Amino acid sequence: MTDILNALVHLTNLMILPGLAYASQLALGAMGVTLIFSVLRFSNFAHAETMSLGTAFCIIVTLWFQQLGISFGFLPTALLALPFAIVLTAIFLILSDRMVYRHFRRRNAKPEIFMILSSGIMLIINGMTRLLVGPKGRIIDDGERFLVTAREFKEWSGLAEALVIKNTVVLTIIIAIFICSVLFWFLKNTETGKSMRAYSDNRDLALLSGVDPERIVFITWILVAVLATLGGVLFGLDKGYRPFVFQQLLLPVFAAAVVGGLGNQVGAIVGAVVIAFSEIGLTFAWKRFFSYLLPADLEPTSMMQILSTEYKFAVSFTILVLVLLFKPSGLMGGSQR
Amino acid sequence: MITRHRDILLFLGMALLLILVGVFQSWQLALTIFNLCVISAVMSIGVNVQWGVAGMFNVGTMGFAALGGLAVVLFSAPPVTEAWSLGGPGLLVAFVTALVTVIAYIFAKGYFNDAQYRWMILFGIVVVGFYITQRFFFPAVAAIEGFDAVKYGNIGGLGLPTPVAWFGGALLAGLVAWPVAKLTGSLRTDYLAVATFGISEIVVAVLKNEDWLARGVKNISGLPRPVPYEVDIRALEWIQNLATSMDMSARDMSSIVVKLCYAGLFLVVLALVYWLTETLQRAPWGRMMRAIRDNEDAAMAMGKDVEGRHRQAFVLGSAIVGIGGAMLVTLDGQFTPGSYQPLRFTFIIWIMVIVGGSGNYRGAILGAFVIWFAWIQAETGGAWVAGLLAENLTEGSAARDVIEESAAYLRYVVMGLILILVMRFAPHGLIPEKTHTRVGN
Repeated sequence: MTDILNALVHLTNLMILPGLAYASQLALGAMGVTLIFSVLRFSNFAHAETMSLGTAFCIIVTLWFQQLGISFGFLPTALLALPFAIVLTAIFLILSDRMVYRHFRRRNAKPEIFMILSSGIMLIINGMTRLLVGPKGRIIDDGERFLVTAREFKEWSGLAEALVIKNTVVLTIIIAIFICSVLFWFLKNTETGKSMRAYSDNRDLALLSGVDPERIVFITWILVAVLATLGGVLFGLDKGYRPFVFQQLLLPVFAAAVVGGLGNQVGAIVGAVVIAFSEIGLTFAWKRFFSYLLPADLEPTSMMQILSTEYKFAVSFTILVLVLLFKPSGLMGGSQR
Repeated sequence: MITRHRDILLFLGMALLLILVGVFQSWQLALTIFNLCVISAVMSIGVNVQWGVAGMFNVGTMGFAALGGLAVVLFSAPPVTEAWSLGGPGLLVAFVTALVTVIAYIFAKGYFNDAQYRWMILFGIVVVGFYITQRFFFPAVAAIEGFDAVKYGNIGGLGLPTPVAWFGGALLAGLVAWPVAKLTGSLRTDYLAVATFGISEIVVAVLKNEDWLARGVKNISGLPRPVPYEVDIRALEWIQNLATSMDMSARDMSSIVVKLCYAGLFLVVLALVYWLTETLQRAPWGRMMRAIRDNEDAAMAMGKDVEGRHRQAFVLGSAIVGIGGAMLVTLDGQFTPGSYQPLRFTFIIWIMVIVGGSGNYRGAILGAFVIWFAWIQAETGGAWVAGLLAENLTEGSAARDVIEESAAYLRYVVMGLILILVMRFAPHGLIPEKTHTRVGN
């Protein structure tokens, strides 16, 4: 019995909790990608950098707050700075839309053109974030670090394995679930949400019904700013902020959106869970887990790690290709390939 | 005729810029920029085959450039004979079994077309094939990586002359591009972009981690050069004479001569690639590609094999990018998988094609020169701007540190701005493609 409990605690500690946190961060990113895809009809290459920019804004406001001596008790100060960061990111996104995308939207340019433009925006943000916070990166997590420490858990349960619950992990999961629910409620029940869905389903029909496209686009960018900044800040709180690491989030975020089905919000969440748990599961050392469950003479000799951690990207991409080959519209059904 | 004069003027202007660098900065810098411009031009021709001519949105350029670099190691580096004798046979057996598995899979897929147990048979083939392959592969790899890991730990190369290795770069990149094209051929633009982006990341991840191939992140340096070393020619009489007559040290002169040799070799390759692609462009193949690009449905209705043509363009373009990647590694003299980054090796090349004028090979070449020049000079400019900004800030303050550290990244902002401005105000680029359809309207 203790063995099974130990195995489960080990798994929860090193795989399920980090996996859920990572999945929440990816889901926030992927929902932004999929939102842009369904309303504006292109894959936004600048999305990972947008998350990075939101985080950079958040870091600057946090540093300012820390200088003023404002803190948020046992919670990280970054959470206080979040609304400001969201506003700044939204301003940037709307300006970029006004100055770059709008011109081409009016000319009905092909999606390729928008993708190229978004890669231009990506390069600009890439330089901007480094100018804002420097290329080296920072740790922005202050406040209490742990909800449950290893020692507390061991004393309480008497198990050999410890369960460590980081504050940031719990925060990430709670905030992500909350924001997703609010977004779904918004899209489903409000007038604006309904017209957004109508616009993405059938543009011409929506225009005929009197939907104002510029207003839809405006609100979309605000929602994208909320999702991207939250996703970025939560990822940064959990794993530290480094511009280069954020840059590399692009592939898993895209993969999550495509695996779920581009344009499908629920799909983005499902895709994020699939990508996060396959990345962690395939690069996880299963040895200790099985050594608790199996009899002593069957104990595994190797680490039982299926892939080395450097191949994390390969995992998200391989799933992506498999889904494209066998279920082209994504797991939850989205836009056709 | 006017457009032709304009093209020539643009190229002359570019040459003038390089000469100005030579006069005001240094000739060494001018030649360094020139060499990298030529290499970039080869890569941008490759991207132009895919995007400009075939209209395929491939953002995996980085992966094929890296494969070209790998080819230089595998073809021109001296072989590590001991490692070969230790792990070579195992590696070859593993390679053959992997190949047999794939062939058996494809054969079985066709043969048991409607058998009930088809998926079981296919699954069995994969599992058995994988099991046998890994039985030979991992011990062989362990043996190779174990041999003198500080110095080698890899299989080395074939020791062939460097220009052969450049051709090898095309071969390797093309060989990988074919299954990729096969896999992604039917995808829509967005998905193709994401898929190729992912593939390039995977290629680089493999190069970083498979140490037996090319030492991974431990890097390989001292790759053979097709031109003499500076040290060896410094003492030559004509170099000494030339140096005194040009009022330069023999050290600088020898370095300039070496760079000129490289420039000559690269120019030959660029000319060959340009000739090849331009001939294809004028041939029925090029006409067909443009027809497919401009109206896929109409071309399909005319009986053109759209997916097949796309596959050809994808393989050809990737192979050309591979040549560029190979020449770059030869110029550096080292292979460093860690240095491959999508911004530098995918997006900058894309900007070259778009700024030059997509669909037009002369445009791609000019774009490569202009953008590489801007890329290098933006670094100098960025440092200068950062210096101005930092002057007004107190020494050691956080803001000053950040500005000084990140000056180099200003050039990403510059590149992004150039791309967006060109797309907005000159969407056809510096040298627009000559489209015959536009004559009437």
